[in-house]
Amino acid sequence: MSTVLKTVNLVKIYQDGAIPVPAVRGVDLQVEPGEFVAIMGPSGSGKSTLVHMLGGLDARTSGEIWLDGKRVDTLSESAWALLRRKKVGFVFQFFNLVANMTVGDNVELPALLAGVSPKVARERRESLLGALDLTDRADAAPAQLSGGEQQRVALARALANEPSLLLADEPTGNLDSRNTRDVLRLLGEVHKKGQTIVMVTHDARVAALADRVVSLFDGEIADDGRIARRRTRTAGEVIDLR
Amino acid sequence: MRLHLLALLAKEPAHGYELKQALEQTFGSAYPSPNIGQIYVTLGRLEKDGLVRAVGVEQSNRPNKKVYYLTAKGREHLTTWVDEPTEGPRVRDEFFMKLVLAPLTGIADRMALINRQRRHYLSLMSDLNDLLDRTSPTDRVAILLIEGAMLHLQADLDWLERCQEDLA
Repeated sequence: MSTVLKTVNLVKIYQDGAIPVPAVRGVDLQVEPGEFVAIMGPSGSGKSTLVHMLGGLDARTSGEIWLDGKRVDTLSESAWALLRRKKVGFVFQFFNLVANMTVGDNVELPALLAGVSPKVARERRESLLGALDLTDRADAAPAQLSGGEQQRVALARALANEPSLLLADEPTGNLDSRNTRDVLRLLGEVHKKGQTIVMVTHDARVAALADRVVSLFDGEIADDGRIARRRTRTAGEVIDLR
Repeated sequence: MRLHLLALLAKEPAHGYELKQALEQTFGSAYPSPNIGQIYVTLGRLEKDGLVRAVGVEQSNRPNKKVYYLTAKGREHLTTWVDEPTEGPRVRDEFFMKLVLAPLTGIADRMALINRQRRHYLSLMSDLNDLLDRTSPTDRVAILLIEGAMLHLQADLDWLERCQEDLA
């Protein structure tokens, strides 16, 4: 299988009046199929800018972005948007659901936009809502759902077009501990099924699910490595009660 | 363990093995199963200090067993413990010492230390994630303890980030 995502010397410079502000300064990143990569780093290190560029939500200043072996940063905005509908799923901190559509329609829409037949789109909607334990919420409006439920819907929506790449920007940033646990479990499950994921997060619990952590600092990759798995038996071995 | 045993004895007199079982039931998988020898040694010390007293109970076909109960002094000791505020965690972080002192040694630079430590913390967190998955939701004491450990670890990671911003 071939590399899902590759960037070559990727750079983003924002212009603040007369002053150029470099946000991402030459990032080389390669993500293989099925990999789960967490991107961490202090605020202002360029994490969000990077994933926004990867998802085509922000234009790069220079460098290359390759998706499924195709160069995408040189595409016109509309061609990129078309490709994105088929290949990229996006989850944000604030769920960005369409407020005047039902939960079910929110999930079904991306598949329809990606050009899937209505029958297949409906099947995916049903199976995703089922998998995320949202079947009985299908006809509700997003605003009637809790934050945790809305984020599960956002995740279902992001997966509806069966994207090559799932991008997430602080997906648990706005959730309490219990809802974070739900979203965590789901991310773990889609990853097990082979979904390629690139996710920006501050939350160490979420990052610890990843295979690999890329740490950004001042717009550059400061560290890129795998997370070692160990085995523990009881909480008593990790935790020392006095 | 002294005060844990006093607290259990405040509820009702018990012999050593009953105390071991009570600790296991209360803490579930959150606490490594206490060693029975250690419990007897602790009870012996409590008795010597006058905080508990023991009475022998006859058993047929077996040696007498000792049932322990709390003395007035023991209860006072326990009350003091419960009533006084508990110290917060002290930041006495070995890694921080390394981080501050390492550049003087020329052995490693700070960025490398921070990166390695971050990976280590995340691997610990991954452990805690697994542990949480394998812990029954009904084992609430254990769940809370694991969540506590996670929050501490998150704080350590946040602090690491601050160190990176200011020192590296």
